[in-house]
Amino acid sequence: MSLTTAHSVVAPSSNAKLIAGTIIIAYALISIVPLLWIFATSFKTPPDSIAYPPKIVFQPSIEGYCNLFTTRTRQTPEYINSLGPATGFCDETVRKRNMVIAGPSNFLPRFVNSLIIAFGSTFCAVFLGTLSAYGFSRFKVPLADDLLFFILSTRFMPPIAVAIPIYLMYRELGLSDTALGMILLYTAVNVSLAVWLLKGFIDEIPREYEEAAMIDGYTRLQAFWRTVLPQATTGIAATAIFCLIFAWNEYAFAALLTSGTAQTAPPFIPTIIGEGGQDWPAVAAGTTIFLVPILVFTILLRKQLLRGITFGAVRK
Amino acid sequence: MAEIRVQNLRKAFGAFVAVQDSNFVVEDGEFFVMLGPSGCGKTTTLRMIAGLELPTGGKILLGGEDVTMRRARERDIAFVFQLFALYPHMNVRKNIGFPLLAQGMPSAEIRSRVEETAKLLRIDHLLDKSVSGLAGGDRQRVALGRAIVRRPKCFLMDEPLGTLDTEFRDLMVHELRELHNRIHATTVYVTHDQMEAMSMADKIAVMNHGVIEQFGTPREIYDRPATMFVADFIGSPPMNFLKFGGGLARGAKEIVVQGAKVAVPEVREDVAPADMALGIRPEHIRFDDGSKLRGAIYGTEYLGTTQIVAVETADGIIKARVPAGIHLSPGEQVGLTLSSGRLSLFEKGSGRAVRTAMHDQAAEARHG
Repeated sequence: MSLTTAHSVVAPSSNAKLIAGTIIIAYALISIVPLLWIFATSFKTPPDSIAYPPKIVFQPSIEGYCNLFTTRTRQTPEYINSLGPATGFCDETVRKRNMVIAGPSNFLPRFVNSLIIAFGSTFCAVFLGTLSAYGFSRFKVPLADDLLFFILSTRFMPPIAVAIPIYLMYRELGLSDTALGMILLYTAVNVSLAVWLLKGFIDEIPREYEEAAMIDGYTRLQAFWRTVLPQATTGIAATAIFCLIFAWNEYAFAALLTSGTAQTAPPFIPTIIGEGGQDWPAVAAGTTIFLVPILVFTILLRKQLLRGITFGAVRK
Repeated sequence: MAEIRVQNLRKAFGAFVAVQDSNFVVEDGEFFVMLGPSGCGKTTTLRMIAGLELPTGGKILLGGEDVTMRRARERDIAFVFQLFALYPHMNVRKNIGFPLLAQGMPSAEIRSRVEETAKLLRIDHLLDKSVSGLAGGDRQRVALGRAIVRRPKCFLMDEPLGTLDTEFRDLMVHELRELHNRIHATTVYVTHDQMEAMSMADKIAVMNHGVIEQFGTPREIYDRPATMFVADFIGSPPMNFLKFGGGLARGAKEIVVQGAKVAVPEVREDVAPADMALGIRPEHIRFDDGSKLRGAIYGTEYLGTTQIVAVETADGIIKARVPAGIHLSPGEQVGLTLSSGRLSLFEKGSGRAVRTAMHDQAAEARHG
């Protein structure tokens, strides 16, 4: 009696699974090390952060976070001794380094700027993108193909290639260093991506849904709102993530066009390095906090993101 | 409920004419089927009645009111789509209640109307289920429910059974007809399936290339096809054609086909000499060795009570439907007798049927 095991041509063998799994885990570890390094550094003291060899095990401290949110001035020990008792952990830590807290740093307002500009521009890009994608998908738009190509063509070159004209225009228009200016700019960059991505998603939604709703007594706008939009949520979520990631991480335009009131976090974080020595824990703390919103947003919408990446390839 | 009147309706997409000057009336409470091959303009006609397409010319009257240029939502009609168009993000109850919500009906009333409708369609146990988990037949019932819940002026259905498998389809044909008998809603039903059309319709319009070839009851269309296209499209197997030449004079009762004399219904018009065709339904052919019209058995198709026999004649293969008991072997020579009273005559060039006593008798029977 011969013993034969049926082997599937579709399912991978256990060996193949093992190899694939190992590669993926190794890759994931390598990718996550820099993030872990930043996270760890944000809880080190400044001497620990520049220790050689690097410390893997260390006494955690929130000094980096204290430094991130405050500005400090150096004082004589006599002056510090003349002050009352320290009001909190940060106060105490700072005094040990012969400094006193002079006031809050600019990090919080810069972080808020980032939130306003990134989420604002994402909302605008997705809003405009959804409407135009719907229009291109459902109506006979004159020169639709040419218009779509024109929209796509704005992505042919890196946006920074037009930095100088934009800088001059913004200066003339009074949009330099304003949140409105940055929202307009990021919307303009993202809207082409949004139109193309969303058109793909909306094309997949059969138009019978709106037709049925319109026959059943709804206006086109109501039909769009009640039948198309709920089914386009996956596409909208995926598009929103892509737009948000771009706007959140954008550095070059932010560095060029914002310097004060509308400055976002990316150009602000490097400036921490210069303040009172190379304060790596503060930089790491800023980076860690900066990562949080995009991480949360992506985790919340990860299913949609996956569909967004494979869009067109997967049928509902 | 209301009557639908379509006058000189026309639709062109650029240079392509999808519907050419259509005229028909669907009477109040009638089940009307538009039948034709794909691309014949039947769906376009339906979409114009619904208001999803605007006509290039002509008029549509719903219950005497001109609605030609009105928006779909102002026409008070219901539409059942081929793919049902059930909203996947709503459950069965919400799907059925969706048209009522548009009217701003209070939710308690929506609830009772939806439940009443679901009971009528025997889907009341499915009300709180998601539509994506439903079987084909149940999806169909939900789509019907969404159509009838509003009690509109008329129902429009675009191949609603097209995606169902055969077993379900037969069941739904009966259910649809039964439903129609109960609620007597004016219905316009589009299909390419002649069996659906024949078994459900009160009236049928057969369309081809944007033109209505014939408008009539299923019986009229089967027995007295107005054109060769209709004769060929309806019936399985379709009508057989045997060519013959020469003109026809009013009062003629006999023609010559392949050297054999064939008695036909009395001709009631003069036809100039041209290529003609004699149309014979398969069931109107009998085997008779005495007949001068002859052919050789080509093959048989056994169907239980009957069999379809292909006979090779001098003018190509024709098919006869004969009792299954007759034994025939390929190559055997047979004589063919045709049932004189049931034959159609066509002008080959135009495809038009020649008027005969058969038409007049039918007209008399209708009016007498």
